[in-house]
Amino acid sequence: MSLWEYANPQKFMQTSAAVLPLVWGLTVLSLAVGLVWGFFLTPEAVNFGSTVKIIYLHVPSAMMAINAWVMMLVTSLIWLVRRHHVSALAARAAAPVGLTMTLIALVTGAIWGEPMWGTYWAWDPRLTAFLILFLFYLGYIALWEAIENPDAAADLTSVLCIVGSVFALLSRYAVNFWNQGLHQGATLSLDKEENIANVYWLPLLICLAGFVLLFIALVLVRTRTEIRARRIKALVARERMA
Amino acid sequence: MIPDLGKYASAVLSSYAISLVLLAGLIALSLWRGAKIRRQLEEVESRRKSDG
Amino acid sequence: MIALLSRDLALAIRAGGGFGLGLAFFLIVVVLVPFGVGPESTILSVIAPGILWVGALLACLLSLDRIFALDYEDGSLDLLATAPIPLEGVVAMKAAAHWVTTGLPLTLAAPGLGLLMNLEPAAYGWLVLSLALGTPALSMIGTFGAALTVGLKRGGLLLSLLVLPLYVPTLIFGAETVGRGADGLATTTPVLMLAGITLATLALLPFAAAAAIRINLR
Repeated sequence: MSLWEYANPQKFMQTSAAVLPLVWGLTVLSLAVGLVWGFFLTPEAVNFGSTVKIIYLHVPSAMMAINAWVMMLVTSLIWLVRRHHVSALAARAAAPVGLTMTLIALVTGAIWGEPMWGTYWAWDPRLTAFLILFLFYLGYIALWEAIENPDAAADLTSVLCIVGSVFALLSRYAVNFWNQGLHQGATLSLDKEENIANVYWLPLLICLAGFVLLFIALVLVRTRTEIRARRIKALVARERMA
Repeated sequence: MIPDLGKYASAVLSSYAISLVLLAGLIALSLWRGAKIRRQLEEVESRRKSDG
Repeated sequence: MIALLSRDLALAIRAGGGFGLGLAFFLIVVVLVPFGVGPESTILSVIAPGILWVGALLACLLSLDRIFALDYEDGSLDLLATAPIPLEGVVAMKAAAHWVTTGLPLTLAAPGLGLLMNLEPAAYGWLVLSLALGTPALSMIGTFGAALTVGLKRGGLLLSLLVLPLYVPTLIFGAETVGRGADGLATTTPVLMLAGITLATLALLPFAAAAAIRINLR
């Protein structure tokens, strides 16, 4: 009898246990370096004053909010095609992390918007799209919580994730059409680095790496938790059967 | 130690505070639930072993 | 499939509330808004397209959880799933029945409520057209949401949480059509986008909804 009920989670547990300390170490290191550098050692920007320091939180969290959803989409597809349980559980583990990232992006954006745009909230396409993304995360998590049967829950949330992705993209373009933007363009994107001065670029890059690592670490921890929770469920069910 | 943030000090500080609190909360929650589930699993495993 | 459609329609009519409830809800929402924002007709005519669309959308939402719930409880959904017609067809017919009992009456009643909201005269045609184009998408998306939550006890609230974000693009283009029509602007783009969304949801979502039902019946 195999110790684990599910498709090779044992390998996952071993590997993740081995890499987790390293991931956590790198996370703490890069976040500490990036945020301290960004907060203490960068000059004020001409137009934005000291509020420029908020980008070290805003941009990485916004990026991870979207990447977390993409990762959930990919793992959902893997689950539907390959029936690999770790994949479904990883999608479940990533959702609350993505939700928090979305919230951070929205909150820091609102705090930044008040002095810069004169308002905490504007129905700007990017802001609105993020609010919709936030709602999608809420619905996805609520569906996971609501369904008893773990396999059915994984299947249904995967279907929701795929349909939701299509509608999230559609909403992104619909709100573009619906209102003119206030948000700056992709001044901070990876391929337009000339748009942001080098003083800000390097610490921002480190913060981006830090958020990616933090996301990986959290997803690994939470996936391990989900796997253990699933194993408890299986063992308890077997005890009752016996 | 804290650099001069000028008139936007409250905005910068509050966004850092809120973000760090949210992140710390998420990390704490994840680790706490992870530890709880691990203890439960160990308990169930040992019970199963003692049952034979 | 036609038999299934007429069966669902007959059930909806005999059980009552099928036509009436959604319409009454739509009426109440539209009547409540002036109490909230004040009776000035200039303000009302500005927000009329949005209110009428949001009201129609909420009225649609109201009856969604009944699409599959009754059939699930008495077991006829299992029979439909094993019937020789494809489940995708069953789902599409369910959505069609929902549309005939809610979307269609809402579309027909909307001009009357537009009078209450002091809608611009030029916008009435666009209001009917946009609702006629958009409500099938609302029914189909809602049917997908109902399929996801079919076996759940407290599915109603969850259903709203799942379905409402999916309604965003339809709502935007629908209300935009009416708003532009009221201002006398070109409406081609939102109308085409609305029609595109409806056609795409009608073409693709039955498969997703049928998959969800198969999972729930497993």
